Amino acid sequence: MSKYKKVLLDPIFDNNPIAYQILGICSALAVTAKLETAVVMALAVTAVVSLSNFSVSLIRNHVPSSIRIIVEMTIIASLVIIADQLIKAYAYDISKQLSVYVGLIITNCIIMGRAEAFALKNPPGLSFLDGIGNGMGYAFILLTVGFLRELIGSGKLFGISVLKLTTEGGWYNPNGLFLLSPSAFFIIGLIIWAIRSWKPEQVEED
Amino acid sequence: MSSDSAKKTIGVALGVCLVCSVFVSSATVALSSKQEENKKLDKIENILEAADLKPEGNSEEIKQVYHEKIKTELINIETGEVVPEEQYTKELMPENFDLKKIIGNPELVEEIPAEKDIAGIKKKPKYMLIYKVLDENGNVSKIILPIYGKGLWSTLYGFLALDKDLKTITGITFYEHGETPGLGGEVDNPRWKQLWKGKKAFDENWKPIIKVIKGKVDPSSPEANHMVDGLSGATLTTRGVDNLVRFWLSDEGYGNFLKTLRGKKNEQV
Repeated sequence: MSKYKKVLLDPIFDNNPIAYQILGICSALAVTAKLETAVVMALAVTAVVSLSNFSVSLIRNHVPSSIRIIVEMTIIASLVIIADQLIKAYAYDISKQLSVYVGLIITNCIIMGRAEAFALKNPPGLSFLDGIGNGMGYAFILLTVGFLRELIGSGKLFGISVLKLTTEGGWYNPNGLFLLSPSAFFIIGLIIWAIRSWKPEQVEED
Repeated sequence: MSSDSAKKTIGVALGVCLVCSVFVSSATVALSSKQEENKKLDKIENILEAADLKPEGNSEEIKQVYHEKIKTELINIETGEVVPEEQYTKELMPENFDLKKIIGNPELVEEIPAEKDIAGIKKKPKYMLIYKVLDENGNVSKIILPIYGKGLWSTLYGFLALDKDLKTITGITFYEHGETPGLGGEVDNPRWKQLWKGKKAFDENWKPIIKVIKGKVDPSSPEANHMVDGLSGATLTTRGVDNLVRFWLSDEGYGNFLKTLRGKKNEQV
């Protein structure tokens, strides 16, 4: 496998930021009650992490180590504000649902983690791909969780009724637990279990 | 020059800040008109939603329905009289009327005595823009009153719609708040908003009696027609909504305006 392909695809299953590195759980709980918000959040995080990786990597040889973290934070915060503004301008309804969580991308450990762990040591192009890869890994978990939560919790996908609810004369009695954040914990736990059974090398030794 | 010298450190910090601020400010400036547009449209949608008129269409259709069916009126909160158009100042023009700007303008607000300030808003505007919903014959079928007040974390801004009998609530909606998503944020839940429809806001003596209670309303209770279920897990938001609705229906809020309206109706009969 070429280096680029590896950097891009590894974070999806082999080194998934949520399932393997266990980073960025907070937003994975908060915005996954519906698929629509999960998609927008996944796109926003992918954009921010790839661009922040790219920018940090561009100036990696010039940044004094004493102010390294704050420089990274400044870049990340700026990108997040821009993403937030764009969402407010072009997807106003969704921006209202995501409320504070777009702003909280700043504190998403995946972004800082990739800047520190990858972008500081690798050239811009590769760092950008690493960002895209990690964004996709994050998106994979978010979309899976969002799919299950919306389907089981409200019988819908992307707001369109799939399972007809008893309250609307159908047969499906929705499981309200799946609309609450703890259900995302259960689902993420099950995903981690599934991935580690498939790839036992991810299992940590005691 | 080593990367760690003081000069370089300051240089890099300044450079990064400069570049970032240029990006952030240009994004904000370039997108602000679009965001304003969105906010306005969102407000119109909320007014129509409170009025039960929201079409399933695009923004153009929504604007069209709004222009056809909604008539704005500027009222004086204290006297309850409608302000004639020639007295409109720039800030009070219906198309410029921005509740938050009005609240921020010391000349246009009035302090609320602490013991009466159940909505927790400290000052109230002297003038308010209200909306009348017209039916096919051009008669007023509902009136929509802007309401706001403190919840748990934030000030909730919304609309309350009253039927033409001025007693029955026909809708409530909040267009801006920062309550906890999933708990207090459930004030946006359509099923909860549905509970308000048909509830009586006033008793026979025109005293505000509408109440949001803790827990579920017992439908067999004689008081069920003026009680609304509280939101579970959101006691403080629920209390905030209860207080702000009662504040705006009291004489501190729209009481005098509603009295004037009732007076006019009686004359016609």
